[in-house]
Amino acid sequence: MTDGDRILTCEHVIVDYDGFKALNNCNFSVHYNELRVVIGPNGAGKTTLLDVICGKTPPTSGTIRFGDGINLVGKNAEDITKLGVGRKFQAPSIYSNLSVWQNLDLSVKRASKGVVPTLVGKSTPVERDRISEVLETIGLTAHAPDRAGSLSHGQKQWLEIGMVILQEPALLLVDEPVAGMSDKETEQTGQLLLRLAEQQAIVVIEHDMDFVRQIANIVTVLAEGTVICEGTVEHVQADEHVREIYLGRAKVAH
Amino acid sequence: MPEPIPAQQDRRVTLSFMVAGFIFLVVIPLLNVLPAEESWLHLSNFRLNQFGKFLAFAILALGLDLIWGYCGVLSLGQGVFFGLGAYCMGMYLALQIGSESVYGSELPDFMVWTQVKELPLFWYPFKSFWGGFLGALLVPMLFALVFGFLSFRSRIKGVYFAILTQALAFAAWLVFNRNETRLGGTNGLTDFKQLLDFRLSDPSTQRGLYIATVLALGAAYLLCRYIVASRAGNVLVAIRDSESRVTFSGYTPWRYKLFVFIVAAGLAGLAGMLYVPQVGIITPAQIGVLPSLEVVIWVAVGGRGTLIGAIVGAVAVNYGRSVLTNYFPEAWPFILGGLFVIVVTLFPDGLVGMLRKVRERLKTTPATPVSKAEEGGTAA
Amino acid sequence: MCVTGIPTTLRVLGVSFVLLWGLGVPSVWAADESGNLVAESSQPSSPSSPLEQALLDLQSDDAEVRSQAVEVLIQQGDVRLLPRLDALREESSRMVRIAIKPVIDLLKNRANLTSESPDSRRSAAADLAMGGRVEAIPFLKQAAAQEEVWWVRYTMEESWHFLELQSDDRAVQLDAVKQLGELRSANSVPALNALIEAGKAAEATDQHKALATAATAAVDYIESWGWWANAIETLFRGISLSSILLIMALGLAVVFGLMGVINMAHGELMMIGAYATFITQQAFLAWFSPEAFDWYFPVALPVAFLSAAAFGWVLEATVIRFLYGRLLETLLATWGVSLILMQAARVYFGDLTAVIAPQALRGGAQVMVGVYLPYNRIFIIVLSILCVLGIYVLLFRSTLGIRVRAVTQNRNMSACLGIPTRKVDAYTFAFASGLAGIAGWALTMVGNVDPGLGQNYIVDSFMVVVTGGVGKLAGTIWAALGIGGLNKLIEPFSGAVYGKVFILVGVILFLQWRPQGLFAAKGRSADA
Repeated sequence: MTDGDRILTCEHVIVDYDGFKALNNCNFSVHYNELRVVIGPNGAGKTTLLDVICGKTPPTSGTIRFGDGINLVGKNAEDITKLGVGRKFQAPSIYSNLSVWQNLDLSVKRASKGVVPTLVGKSTPVERDRISEVLETIGLTAHAPDRAGSLSHGQKQWLEIGMVILQEPALLLVDEPVAGMSDKETEQTGQLLLRLAEQQAIVVIEHDMDFVRQIANIVTVLAEGTVICEGTVEHVQADEHVREIYLGRAKVAH
Repeated sequence: MPEPIPAQQDRRVTLSFMVAGFIFLVVIPLLNVLPAEESWLHLSNFRLNQFGKFLAFAILALGLDLIWGYCGVLSLGQGVFFGLGAYCMGMYLALQIGSESVYGSELPDFMVWTQVKELPLFWYPFKSFWGGFLGALLVPMLFALVFGFLSFRSRIKGVYFAILTQALAFAAWLVFNRNETRLGGTNGLTDFKQLLDFRLSDPSTQRGLYIATVLALGAAYLLCRYIVASRAGNVLVAIRDSESRVTFSGYTPWRYKLFVFIVAAGLAGLAGMLYVPQVGIITPAQIGVLPSLEVVIWVAVGGRGTLIGAIVGAVAVNYGRSVLTNYFPEAWPFILGGLFVIVVTLFPDGLVGMLRKVRERLKTTPATPVSKAEEGGTAA
Repeated sequence: MCVTGIPTTLRVLGVSFVLLWGLGVPSVWAADESGNLVAESSQPSSPSSPLEQALLDLQSDDAEVRSQAVEVLIQQGDVRLLPRLDALREESSRMVRIAIKPVIDLLKNRANLTSESPDSRRSAAADLAMGGRVEAIPFLKQAAAQEEVWWVRYTMEESWHFLELQSDDRAVQLDAVKQLGELRSANSVPALNALIEAGKAAEATDQHKALATAATAAVDYIESWGWWANAIETLFRGISLSSILLIMALGLAVVFGLMGVINMAHGELMMIGAYATFITQQAFLAWFSPEAFDWYFPVALPVAFLSAAAFGWVLEATVIRFLYGRLLETLLATWGVSLILMQAARVYFGDLTAVIAPQALRGGAQVMVGVYLPYNRIFIIVLSILCVLGIYVLLFRSTLGIRVRAVTQNRNMSACLGIPTRKVDAYTFAFASGLAGIAGWALTMVGNVDPGLGQNYIVDSFMVVVTGGVGKLAGTIWAALGIGGLNKLIEPFSGAVYGKVFILVGVILFLQWRPQGLFAAKGRSADA
């Protein structure tokens, strides 16, 4: 199996919580600059999949290869982040007591994030420009000095996306980005993601099928910890097996 | 490009800092020296000495504010670092008593009556002033390095860490109380006579110590302000708000926690070093569980997460204590306990925090974010 | 006529007479003897004249005469002389008093060898050994032959063999040494060591050396046994300490692990239980008759539980409920409460109060030679086992338990399902506080009741919870056993203080290896 055009390859990944298998022999891969959407019923293991990729949860077994064959299993989260994997969480995970600008400033990709450089370093004009750019992209320029905790839910989601963008990841993992957003915001988020996909690979977990149709090229359906179907939105929606699983009438064969 | 000015770099604060600095550094010592003893303006030696003690405590509180107020790491063992610093300086002072001691020997008194024949090896570095000085700073920091490394790296956090530091304080108190540790046991070290060439009983020496304390406090404050205003300071706050997000931004949280923990320990050691010659005694009673808790209450009352609050809290609570224990000695634990309960439940922002919130509310009108209109009623 | 035989017979007669009367079972032997009894008691109990003479000689100024008199009195005297000897002692000169004392002691102890109480018999036997008078040997042998309680009989044997060491007959001495070895008598080790030394001396004869050899063997045997006995006792002490720790930690684990609340005032709740016990005792002393006194202890149990639970209830309603989910805040707030409670106790009760153990819990079981297990500690161990079982049943087998677990796992959903979450919170916290009260009640048996009582246990209890892993009963139990046991194991080597320090360091290192504790909650909830 050639990894050539794939940025991420997960093979036979199992995550076992005391007998309950959140991921059960999961095989999943993403190509460079692809925007992949992962859907599935509740408890399918979608968030767990993102967890093992970004290093939050160690898999019980299996391999995860990234980029030029770098093995992600066993590495801790901050190292994986530095390798170029960015994660946006389901519930907005931002620094409520810092300003929007400071939130972004902390996330900027820098040569070193050690204690001393961070202590004495000042942000360069280049960095400041980048932050302003991202502020524009996420539409929060006017709110730069505001306390991040005072933003609305949708704005917090965007802020988090902005923070992850500034890390310049090669692979972006996004967990339910439009949950709680209005229709207009959802569409804007979709356009943002499509724009970002021109530069990096993105994996999005979502439930909102309209949104999925807006952004997806290939969709992966996850159920009970394994991939049960992969293809275009139409292909997946037409698949009988997928429908049965979603409706709870069938069980996934392992 | 709009880079927001962090609140801490507020002009107002800088101004108040200068004013306060002037008062403490210049006015108060002058009040001790210039007016005649009977004049009501005169600040007695006792009071000056007391202020010095309070300001030393303020340095201790600053350290805790750094780790707890900003970084969210509650340490219930700051008393240990304070004690280490105080004992280091105390050992130097004890060795300076020399032939003026009660038994007239070169060995400290308590060694004579516990039949210790010669100076234990670990006392030797403290024969010199620099030994005492550097020891008071470095020993606590080294200790914090080891303890913090073991704890933070294994991701011990929050309440667990607090409990462990409390156990540490307890263990330290037990150990310092023993006679075998050759540190004076329950009676501690006292009866100091001179520091370098200055007689401790001399009011001008005490004045000098007071001024040294004020300068040290100023330096400590500036150091903390620098840390807090830097990006590293933002990382600290970020760790408090969402440690996992910090990890996913590429930072290694435990290194930052260790860094401030060590700084706080150094500040505590500095405080201890200044405390000892002014108060004249150091015993294990200043080390254990309860003294470490009191530091927390100072910061909580004054306002955590605001450096000024730590200073205000330390001075206010200790001053209150000295006044109240004069009139109602038995009531102090009730008041202290009550302070804990009330401040934590009803006034978590402390004095300074509350003042700031009130000022902000008066200053700004609540803004209606533009996007809210577009949202059309989506709940945040 | 053997004068000394009479008191023994009298006692046996007395007992069987009571039995006869009580049970209505005719006893031939008793009836036969009762005739004798009557015959005896009808005689005037006048001491024979040698004794009278000896009593007079005792007051002589001549030391020789006095010691002769002492000999006579010991050979022939009995317990009836005691009142006169006591009176004599009151009014005599110092020299006479010194001479009289051994007589009085010997006679008293001899009499007590047949006392009703096993404890008196035992201590009489031990005293006779200390007294060093070989005349006691036949009495000891006689008493031992009839003794039913093994530990008392053991002491009697030990005592007579010990006295035999002084015999002139080498064979008797040798035999005594061997017997003492087999009896594993730790008390005789100094005397045996003296024999060993005598064997090493320059002028030692063959006989001395033979004795020394036998003594060496005996001492070795005694000491190796002693090591085992010590180990068992240490283990027992460790378990009993762990038990108290366990009861405390269980309450903390319920509150911390289930409700997510750190209660630093838990130690003071224990103190409340202990003081409640004290107050109950005082009440019984003041209002009830002395016979009913021992009942104060069982009555104090619900009192302790309820008073601690009541305080807990109030604490939860006023302070804790505003701080759910904010662990560090609850830690600090409850510390404040702890300070207040401690000072209140200090002001109201003063610094030292004593609780008297009820009769049933005094003393202990001599399980083996050298292994003495006090009843009060056995009681505490049993109590802690009951507590664990009780909690298990309550949490996992009862309706309240299900509700508690539901509320702690998903508060909002539970509220939607109609579970009164406020009430569940309050009851759970009160129950856990009551547990601390029980710990305090039990603690009055083994320690003083003072305001600082809680402080001794709070740090250790939290260490137990932290080491055991949050939310798991099994972890708490193992951690309590481990920490308590380690504490006691290390104590003999390095003292209690360094033991505590060592354990602290050990816990930190342990958490380094396993940050989630012994038994961690796995899965998503573990990230809390």
